[in-house]
Amino acid sequence: MQVADKSTLDGIPDYSVEPSVVLKSPTFHEITETIVKPIESPPSMKWLIALAISMALFSVEIIGWGVSFYYGTGMWGNNIPVAWAFPIVNFVFWVGIGHAGTLISAILFIFRQKWRNGIARFAEAMTIFAVMTAGLFPLFHTGRPWLPLYLMPYPNKHAVWVNFLSPLVWDVFAVSTYFTVSLFFWYTGLVPDFATLRDRTLGKDLISKIKKTIYSVLSLGWRFSNRHWRHYERVYLILAGVSTPLVLSVHTIVSFDFAVSGLPGWHTTIFPPYFVAGAIFSGFAMVVTVLVFIRYIFDMQHIITLNTLEKMNKIILLTGTLVGYAYGMEFFIAWYSGNLVEQFVFINRAFGPYAWAYWIMISCNVISPQMFWFRKLRRSVPVMFVASIFVNIGMWFERYVITVTSLTRDFLPSSWGWYNPTFTDFSLLFGSFGMFFTLTLLFVKFMPLVAISELKSVTDQAKPTHHHGGDH
Amino acid sequence: MSSSMDNSMNPKLYALTGLFDTPDEIMHAAETASRKYRKYDVHTPYPVHGMDDAMGLGESPIGWVTILIGTTCMLLMLAFIAWVSLVDYPSVWAGKPYFNLPGYIPILFEVLVLTGAVSTVIIMFTIACGLPNNSHPLHDTPYMQRTSDDKFGLCLEAEDEAFDETSARELLTALGAQKIEPVYFDAKEASSGLSLLNPWFLGFGGAAATGMSVFIYLTFNYMVFEAPFNWMSVQPKLSEQSPSAIFADGRSMQKPVEGTISRGYIPEPFEKDPEAMAKYVVNPLPVTQDVLALGKEKFESRCSACHGNYANGDSRLPADAYPPGPTLHSPKVANWKDGHIYHVITYGQNVMPAYAKQLTKDERWAVIHYIRALQRSQNPKETDLK
Repeated sequence: MQVADKSTLDGIPDYSVEPSVVLKSPTFHEITETIVKPIESPPSMKWLIALAISMALFSVEIIGWGVSFYYGTGMWGNNIPVAWAFPIVNFVFWVGIGHAGTLISAILFIFRQKWRNGIARFAEAMTIFAVMTAGLFPLFHTGRPWLPLYLMPYPNKHAVWVNFLSPLVWDVFAVSTYFTVSLFFWYTGLVPDFATLRDRTLGKDLISKIKKTIYSVLSLGWRFSNRHWRHYERVYLILAGVSTPLVLSVHTIVSFDFAVSGLPGWHTTIFPPYFVAGAIFSGFAMVVTVLVFIRYIFDMQHIITLNTLEKMNKIILLTGTLVGYAYGMEFFIAWYSGNLVEQFVFINRAFGPYAWAYWIMISCNVISPQMFWFRKLRRSVPVMFVASIFVNIGMWFERYVITVTSLTRDFLPSSWGWYNPTFTDFSLLFGSFGMFFTLTLLFVKFMPLVAISELKSVTDQAKPTHHHGGDH
Repeated sequence: MSSSMDNSMNPKLYALTGLFDTPDEIMHAAETASRKYRKYDVHTPYPVHGMDDAMGLGESPIGWVTILIGTTCMLLMLAFIAWVSLVDYPSVWAGKPYFNLPGYIPILFEVLVLTGAVSTVIIMFTIACGLPNNSHPLHDTPYMQRTSDDKFGLCLEAEDEAFDETSARELLTALGAQKIEPVYFDAKEASSGLSLLNPWFLGFGGAAATGMSVFIYLTFNYMVFEAPFNWMSVQPKLSEQSPSAIFADGRSMQKPVEGTISRGYIPEPFEKDPEAMAKYVVNPLPVTQDVLALGKEKFESRCSACHGNYANGDSRLPADAYPPGPTLHSPKVANWKDGHIYHVITYGQNVMPAYAKQLTKDERWAVIHYIRALQRSQNPKETDLK
């Protein structure tokens, strides 16, 4: 941590001093007021319109799930050989979106990146909603979504256990652990903020009393005591510490679903790092997409600053380039391995019948983030908004290309096939955005969008000027 | 509730509180207070850096919870997987050993993280912080409402041995505190008896948990096998024994149309009649080196155990285990036609079972040629010596 007056020692400016996380140097009280304003004021028209659109989309998804539940997976375009299609593509896409949240809340916390504080809470919420959205797809893909317990090793009447060596079982453990730990991490951060809301809810009418009861229960009676903060801070550090390898493991294990199989185009060792980079890439893009809207809707330009968004764009540039490197390396390895089937699969990807999907992926994922090399474009809100949507489209197509092109044309030309998504597939794809945005909009209205106590701790006046004892 | 309004009821004093504006002031106040008092606390809207040292608090030991519980649960999971894969249901996957540790690493890691993180959070809130607790005297005081927003509070508790109200007030004034206010226990909350350890509450919680477990058990073990969740096993198709309204006799399974046979079915008219078979069926195979070699191989693998390697009836099986087969050199067998031997091999005789499943038709005829060769070798004619 930097101390402000150290910066000009010996006349050498200390470039490690970061600009303030929040602009206009608000007082603690102003921070509280700004963050709780959307919660305490009646819903704005902008928010209601956004919610209406999201819920309309969400209802499309609910109908899609109802159809899939009643008539079964035959309503989807999945076939043999393309047994994995839209549902798995959507699953990997949404789990990937979630990864940015944990990266921001855990990895950047460990690296003491203070700029994360403006967006960490929102990103964590996004993780949870994205994993919820994602989880429905494999559940229904099992064909009998009313038997989810079969996925867990429990003593059952069939007297068999799950196969502990199957990547799909690893996936069950990884995704459920990821969801639970993210939820606990998120809730731990929310407890002091619920306490702040509780202490602000002073009305004597019935609504206020109900609100106060809810906040009291959710805050667990938190008292801002330093004897509690002491444990709390350590737990937060521990959670960040365990979430960091966790988030890396989750998409690694998701990539094992593909990489551990013997299918050309899937069976590559580059998949784990490639998937993790892609997950962070798409997740950051989604955070940018949504934050640009939210800081506008709720007037939080001085809390979620352009500096923060610029840093996000730098990470998008980095991970986009990493993903581009992985695309190139896949081709190189296919050529270098001398494996004819592998070589065919990659040439088929780029120039075969699904070439359109491949080139959408390349142009959205590799080319579009390159404009963030320029500071002006990096700091332009319209540019980053469009670019982040491109990245999301590209990352969805990446999973589509990996899954569908590999399955349609594998070893034997006699068993080649074709994939056409159905109306139900599309309703689930577009509807899943409805579910995600509905949950997100409800969250930004009813919970503190920014971690109040964390944000206060990174303002200029938050640090004692004379240090007692050491820094952490 | 416990502010100065309640003074008239003369309730018990909990603490004397004072508010400060800046982290510097509260740091100084905490250091000063820690010299005189042991039971005091600092309330800040965010964790102030260095406050633990100012208050003389050591490092939080909560990390041990993560390590101990996480590791224990991970080892329990490893033991469970070992029991499943070595004892309860050993099976070979992908040619790997029954116990394949590298393949279990992902699951063990996830269990470590899950149990470590969840237990740490729960123990931090419940045991380390004593939460949930919504009946604390500080709740709903102006002091709490300011410290949860923008002020830094010092709270000197009346329980401390060194505490008396006058000197505490003097100390807070000397430190520059604003709004020095006493906080009282709320008589109503103290006497309400509402507690998480209330037996009624615990009993209700236990009953709810048991009921939920029973419900989940019944759901997953019985309900999912009843209509309409049995779509996969109950299908609108005919099975062999089910009744059918389509056919006049009301059965699903029908005889083949007159004059037809089903695919792969060859009618066999000789099953009950070895004499007829001997009369009408001849060995279709020529006597060649290959046929005899095949017959020798099949005879030695299928027949010799009971009939002996040279068909002398010298069984290799213990006599009390299975009756020895008769010699095949007896005049009876020697005079049988090939068709008769074929009938015995195909349908069995006395205690000899049928070998139609083990030997194909050609193999049976090849074995018969080989038996003929054996018979001739054991009882050669003079002409054979030429």
